[in-house]
Amino acid sequence: MGLIVGLEEKLPSGLVLTSVEKLAGYMRKNSLWPATFGLACCAIEMMAAGAGRYDLARFGMEVFRASPRQADLMIVAGRVSNKMAPVLRQIYDQMAAPKWVIAMGACASSGGMFNNYAIVQGVDHVVPVDIYLPGCPPRPEMLMDAILKLHDQIFDEKLGPNRAKVIQEVEAAAMAAKPTHQLKGLLA
Amino acid sequence: MADLHNHDIEPTRPDLGLEAVSSAPVVNDGPAPMGKQLLGFWVTFRAMFKKPNTVQYPEVKEPTAERFHGRHQLNRHPDGLEKCIGCELCAWACPADAIYVEGAANTPENTMSPGERYGKVYQINYLRCVFCGLCIEACPTRALTMTNEYELADNSRESLIFEKQDLLAPLRAGMLMPPHPMYPEMNDTNYYKGDVPHAHPSQEVKND
Repeated sequence: MGLIVGLEEKLPSGLVLTSVEKLAGYMRKNSLWPATFGLACCAIEMMAAGAGRYDLARFGMEVFRASPRQADLMIVAGRVSNKMAPVLRQIYDQMAAPKWVIAMGACASSGGMFNNYAIVQGVDHVVPVDIYLPGCPPRPEMLMDAILKLHDQIFDEKLGPNRAKVIQEVEAAAMAAKPTHQLKGLLA
Repeated sequence: MADLHNHDIEPTRPDLGLEAVSSAPVVNDGPAPMGKQLLGFWVTFRAMFKKPNTVQYPEVKEPTAERFHGRHQLNRHPDGLEKCIGCELCAWACPADAIYVEGAANTPENTMSPGERYGKVYQINYLRCVFCGLCIEACPTRALTMTNEYELADNSRESLIFEKQDLLAPLRAGMLMPPHPMYPEMNDTNYYKGDVPHAHPSQEVKND
């Protein structure tokens, strides 16, 4: 991936860059190696997803790396306590870019039913999350569904000048969004 | 206290009987006999001809258990009126505080459900929901039930807070989209008894 990451800075946006984007996306999504980050009961379902019946190897993901340096994807499986949050962040920082995060289960996504002083209310307070996966715990199919949605997202990821444009658009949309105090109920 | 000047303060150790517990003797019988080894390899060999038990998930979706706890659904009466009466019992039962309900009064011009009130705002936060089903047990009108749908992952927190229109059951044959008046000559008790078969022609709201 290093070659492509170096190349994209020099390419003007156009046909060549979009071809490189597609190639990079195709390669990235088909060799997504997860870091082992099981914290609670969701980890059991994550292990089940890696085992024979559901077999993540079909998506080139069978190697759960114990070292964050060799991983591209962090599946935060389980509740993150305040004490675990710095550890989580350190592991995320040690992963080599490009990297993605799945918040697996209700606890990792929002704190779930543990709305108390000990649990981080959503892992997106600590690391940027690409896919939120509800469920308590989500069944292996749900995890695979989240992974496949992430694959689509990775495949469409932009590089170089195109990426800068996307970032600008996201920023503009965030500025134009309805403020939360005008929203109703749970959206507030 | 005669022993105040006794410097030998270390207590005598109780006899834990450690000598009595001797470890099992290590027996080295050498490698297993050839027959036993072959038996072990036979298990491995046989597995090569077994049918793989992998489910090809995105292409083949195995049906869930019949009573699987999946996404919620807000049901309707056979004439299309909503069953939800906005009583908030589901929100009270929820252990994760994932449900938000705001009720409002039905008026003759705006009748959403039989009876006095209907659920005006209904939101379920799927990031908090633990799919325990306590809300379904609490619902007095069977308005809230669960489906077998489980593919819910999304990439933002806002999109996982489902609003009423995301949760409402679709209109089936014989149903009319509320608001519309109740079935002629029937009250809410008749609705709960199941006396309403389908929408009556007189219930249709004419737009002038």
